[in-house]
Amino acid sequence: MTHLHSHLHVAVALDGAGWHPAAWREPDARPAELFTAGYWVGLVTEAQRGLLDLVTFEDDLALQSTDRFADDQRTDQVRGRLDAVQVAARVAPVTEGIGLVPTAVVTHTEPFHLSKAIATLDYVSTGRAGVRVKVAGSSSEAAHFGRRSELSLEDLFAEAGDWVEVVRRLWDSWEDDAEIRDVATGRFVDREKLHYIDFEGRFFSVKGPSITPRPPQGQPVVAALAHQALPYELVGRSTDLGFVTPVDAADAARIVGEVRSAQSAAGRADETVHVFGDVVVFLDDDAATARARRARLDETAGEEYRSDALVFDGTPPQLADLLEEWAGAGLTGFRLRPATLPHDLRRITAGLVPELQRRGLFRASYEASTLRGLLGLPRPTNRFATV
Amino acid sequence: MPKQIHLAAHFPGVNNTTVWSDPAAGSHIEFSSFVRFAQAAERGKFDFLFLAEGLRLREQNGAIYDLDVVGRPDTFTVLTALAAVTERLGLTGTINSTFNEPYEVARQFATLDHLSGGRAAWNVVTSWDAFTGENFRRGGFLPQDQRYERARTFLETTHELFDSWRGDEIVADQASGVFLGDADAGRFAHSDAHFDISGRFDVPRSPQGRPVIFQAGDSDEGRDFAASSADAIFSRHSTKEAGQAFYSDVKGRLSTFGRSRDELLILPAATFVIGDTDAEAAELAHEVRRQQVSGQTALRFLEQVWNRDLSAYDPDGPLPDVDPVISEDHVAKGRAQVRMHRDPLAIAKQWRELAEAKGYSIRELMIETQSRQSFIGSPATVAATIDDLVQSDAADGYILVPHITPGGLDPFVDRVVPLLQERGVFRTDYEGTTLRENLGLAAR
Repeated sequence: MTHLHSHLHVAVALDGAGWHPAAWREPDARPAELFTAGYWVGLVTEAQRGLLDLVTFEDDLALQSTDRFADDQRTDQVRGRLDAVQVAARVAPVTEGIGLVPTAVVTHTEPFHLSKAIATLDYVSTGRAGVRVKVAGSSSEAAHFGRRSELSLEDLFAEAGDWVEVVRRLWDSWEDDAEIRDVATGRFVDREKLHYIDFEGRFFSVKGPSITPRPPQGQPVVAALAHQALPYELVGRSTDLGFVTPVDAADAARIVGEVRSAQSAAGRADETVHVFGDVVVFLDDDAATARARRARLDETAGEEYRSDALVFDGTPPQLADLLEEWAGAGLTGFRLRPATLPHDLRRITAGLVPELQRRGLFRASYEASTLRGLLGLPRPTNRFATV
Repeated sequence: MPKQIHLAAHFPGVNNTTVWSDPAAGSHIEFSSFVRFAQAAERGKFDFLFLAEGLRLREQNGAIYDLDVVGRPDTFTVLTALAAVTERLGLTGTINSTFNEPYEVARQFATLDHLSGGRAAWNVVTSWDAFTGENFRRGGFLPQDQRYERARTFLETTHELFDSWRGDEIVADQASGVFLGDADAGRFAHSDAHFDISGRFDVPRSPQGRPVIFQAGDSDEGRDFAASSADAIFSRHSTKEAGQAFYSDVKGRLSTFGRSRDELLILPAATFVIGDTDAEAAELAHEVRRQQVSGQTALRFLEQVWNRDLSAYDPDGPLPDVDPVISEDHVAKGRAQVRMHRDPLAIAKQWRELAEAKGYSIRELMIETQSRQSFIGSPATVAATIDDLVQSDAADGYILVPHITPGGLDPFVDRVVPLLQERGVFRTDYEGTTLRENLGLAAR
């Protein structure tokens, strides 16, 4: 890695009114505006003010449910969501600097469509696009599409790996200088620089080339959330960025080790693969206030909030301590999940970020104009290009 | 009050009519081109911007077609981004119903409608060919005779999804703790030969309820499909006689489906060349046609009728003396207009006679037969022509396709629109905030 080792990367995961199920009932929440452009522009602009590396946008191809595998009948939590790629696209023209990483469900979508959508997000954001790939194992999502039989977990992740491979090949299916506009010969493109990808896999085949020219970053950033061996392998083999969920520093070290092993096994030991720790955050000026707010939200929700990730309540300096400790265990950055929006996002941008800057651990301005640039990833050469 | 004209702008793209060799031609991919184009359309108070779609690069003689503009961005992503830099302009995208799923398309259009404040429109198209299908998991299995059936049931299914939310379910009452006013919001179940899906749709009802539905298609089935379920139809008939015939036929079909004549707008695609005088415009139009049909392009056009490699022929020479090859396997793949050449032998005979009578070379013949602009003249002439066509029911308005990206719309917006406004046949400002309102269509 050529970029500054001492700098941490910080991302924020945006979803609804925040990650706590009662977040929408907080006084500063705007639950009636969750389906408006202004709401999302406001959040991303705030994250950009904090010079964060990127924001992610959650998505599913089903209505939210407390039961991961079936519909529920709850009416006391946020329900309904907009397409994440389009939310990112809507925000892109009115932001700059910050990376935009929507979630794409790979199990039920066409890699050809998503490849051009993310490439186009890269065009409309001038090089700030990424995509977080997600598998969908629930029968309710499958029932929204019909036709497909449910896959085993092994097959879901194998298919996800193929999906990423197809998307990456499609991004490279145009060489950067394919458009020649050669008036003398009348040719707009040099077709020798357009490539069939000819992907043949167990789950699908795709011919190519893309209809969209290679995007500004060459390869937009591919990310995945990973909790266990199969997804760690997907991260090590296929992505630029993994979001993981350690419970403490030792756990973080173990997980990073697993991802690095998977990376080496895939022959990518010399490539940068970021591993960001996910943490749900309740942030206030003093720890007692944060704890009390968490307790109040739990009471409103009627149950204690649980998450796949560590749930932190405390002050920005305390969180900075934790992040520093975990970074020492090998994590290269963090994806913070604000418990409530905009409160915890503002505490990240106005509290945590200045604290990390004081410690010399975070940037003072955007040092690159692309997301790959912010993450210290080089613009990759095209796999199909011949020198 | 005279009939009011509807105007829209088609971002020019993958076709020989888009001139890329002109120094004024910009990028067809960079977002800045789309911003400039969309903002010109909005400055002109146009109803909407229209994006076409392609899902496989075209090929001819077994190789990727390289003479025209190649490559375009993703429709939904560009339209949603354009919602950030425009306020009233409708955002219309062609989305194929063969290589997408209803749940996905419905949530994408509902999202576009939310994020644009009610400006989404969908041009429903179908395809069946295995050539395009090679880019998709499904492959190209759809028999051609099922294309409208699938499109119809696809559209019905998406309407059920849009309608699965009434619009009052998001209560979001912080005091009582009721976010959702109906525990079954979004519930749907649809089963037919093409789709067997059920569950809950996850995007609440959008400002327009449903996007505006466009349909393009000239066959009997296509006209019926549009008359039964579309809000607007794209046609190719930009001349007066053909336009009036199409207009009266399609409007006449509406009553069969219990609809009135003002529930379906007929909007032909139209090109234009504007000059200070009619003579100057005619001269410019000729120059544009020469830019659109190079010698190489002329040969490729001819190959599409002859269905054989003609690269050995001289475009400035006479037509080939060999006959077209009649075969199901065609040298051109992924080109919609190939289907128009239904009787190649008859076309070849007709073209030979025309070329002989006029002394045309291959290129001259192709310029004459394959590349004609709809509206050529001074701003006054073009405004009068369009007004006459709309008042005489040849159309309800036009979807203008400039030949240059991204500045090609400017002469029309800056010079013709003010004249239409003076005539009292075109708005001086948007009437509503949603596309349905601006098109004068009822809420759905």
